[in-house]
Amino acid sequence: MDLDALMRCVGTTSCIVTQLTSGMIIGMLLFLIASGVTLIFGVLNVINFAHGSLYMIGAYAAWTFYQLTGSYFVSALGAAVAVGVLGVLFERFLMSKVYGSNVLMQLLVCYAVVLISDDLIKIIWGPVSLSMGMPVEFRLPPLRFFGGVVPPFYIFMIVAAMAIGLLLWLVIARTRFGNIVRAAAVNGPMVSALGIRVNLYYAAVFGIGSALAGAAGALAAPVRSLTPGMGFSILIESFIVTVIGGMGSIVGAFVASIIIGLTRSFGSIGFPLFVDGVMFLIMALVLIFKPSGLFGRPHNK
Amino acid sequence: MSAAEILKLDGIDVFYGASQILFGVSFGVEKGQSLALLGRNGAGKSTTMKAIIGLAPPKRGAISVHGVAVQKFTADRIAREGIGFVPEDRQIFPEHSVEDNLKIGIKTGVGGRSDWTLEKIYDVFPILASMRTRMGGRLSGGEQQMLTIARTLMGNPDVLLLDEPSEGLAPIIVEKIGELIQRLRGMGITLIVAEQNMHFCLDIASHVAVIDKGHIVYRGSIDELRANDDVKKRYLAV
Ligand SMILES: Nc1ncnc2c1ncn2[C@@H]1O[C@H](COP(=O)(O)OP(=O)(O)OP(=O)(O)O)[C@@H](O)[C@H]1O
Ligand SMILES: [Mg+2]
Repeated sequence: MDLDALMRCVGTTSCIVTQLTSGMIIGMLLFLIASGVTLIFGVLNVINFAHGSLYMIGAYAAWTFYQLTGSYFVSALGAAVAVGVLGVLFERFLMSKVYGSNVLMQLLVCYAVVLISDDLIKIIWGPVSLSMGMPVEFRLPPLRFFGGVVPPFYIFMIVAAMAIGLLLWLVIARTRFGNIVRAAAVNGPMVSALGIRVNLYYAAVFGIGSALAGAAGALAAPVRSLTPGMGFSILIESFIVTVIGGMGSIVGAFVASIIIGLTRSFGSIGFPLFVDGVMFLIMALVLIFKPSGLFGRPHNK
Repeated sequence: MSAAEILKLDGIDVFYGASQILFGVSFGVEKGQSLALLGRNGAGKSTTMKAIIGLAPPKRGAISVHGVAVQKFTADRIAREGIGFVPEDRQIFPEHSVEDNLKIGIKTGVGGRSDWTLEKIYDVFPILASMRTRMGGRLSGGEQQMLTIARTLMGNPDVLLLDEPSEGLAPIIVEKIGELIQRLRGMGITLIVAEQNMHFCLDIASHVAVIDKGHIVYRGSIDELRANDDVKKRYLAV
């Protein structure tokens, strides 16, 4: 415990700026992953335990695309699309077979995918960690706000994640696609009886959720080291985010991601050994006082 | 019956798990006809409706729509063949507005027909026009029944399956639904109405099939049924 250090930090604007931005990039990565988890859960009523692997694959794919093209933007887009396509295949050929089954069966299928993808990563990219380094586009002098130093890439990452989140929200809330997806989340057979190919919508939702994880991986690649198994801890945290925000709620995922991100960054100064504990504590408190999560509705499945 | 049958069931057997619910159910409707499927509680009316739309696919037997065998098709495909399904428990989307509920139903009919538009729906269902932004879950039972019929009409079906449209509604509302069904008939739509309430059907149906314990036990015109006290007593608790 070093609460003095925390107090000293919040006493200086430069430290606040630094911790805020690092908290935000943790939060935005979490948000992209958790919003995919929560979208897939809200619509398909399955928990994609393999979502962390999609994030990992996104990061590695971005790394390779960057080696090949030298353009970070192309790589990030390519990684998101590739992981989205992978997600659709995963849904069509595996997950859709176990929609009716119990959670244990779904967990098993996902776990198999996690093990296989970790091994494939080791085979293709090797067991040692890789790093992308700062992409050429962002090799710029750092920005300064109130004495705090912020790498331009961090700003890009935060803005990009928010833009993606906003786009996702607009698509779900305002388009015909979203209208049908929200209806399918409540009553798939009825949507189908109205003549809509509901399976295509399920696959599309899985693909979108996966693409979000792929995008998160691509955004993480310049600032995280790439290791086989890197998807696991972020998956656990994204579950915490989903529980705090409320299952099925994208807005909830956004708010909860920022809470967890800031807890991590400021916590690493004030209570470095107890950050995970505090995260679980927040989750426990939310579960006690609002079991359906901050933005979840009680009747959500 | 004649080749003009737009929908035909031929000896269908339906099971829920191990228990058989329908036993060799056969009947058909011709274009423009209105068939009442009458039977007591648990007789198998809803199961028959679900079998037609593909939500309870038959294990044996055939169902054809416009001469196309659909018994192996998924529900969405059968709907696109021209079947419109209005379930007995309404199943409106409670957190969608009235208008969004209607929009989900949008689909062209067979041959690209698009007679039903939002404007026309609001014209036929003025009550819905006055609450287009209200959440579906906040409508009364009668309003929900109107909405669920309207939502299905948005898909321009050739055959409309109505499962107990009068169930649980006040007599005055039942009367309104009856008038609406008359009006739809006037527009030439083909109907199958599942009901326990024979009196409701006397006005709106041209033909009748009576189902009991999963068997079709009587078929005829509505006038024949009117005259047949034996069937009415035995199967319809009149
Ligand atoms: N999902 C199900 N699983 C098992 N049995 C079912 C299921 N749904 C209905 N049944 C049984 O099938 C039989 C026929 O039910 P169905 O709903 O078709 O009757 P119905 O004529 O529509 O009755 P009601 O007038 O009450 O709506 C009943 O005995 C019912 O208990
Ligand atoms: Mg019924």
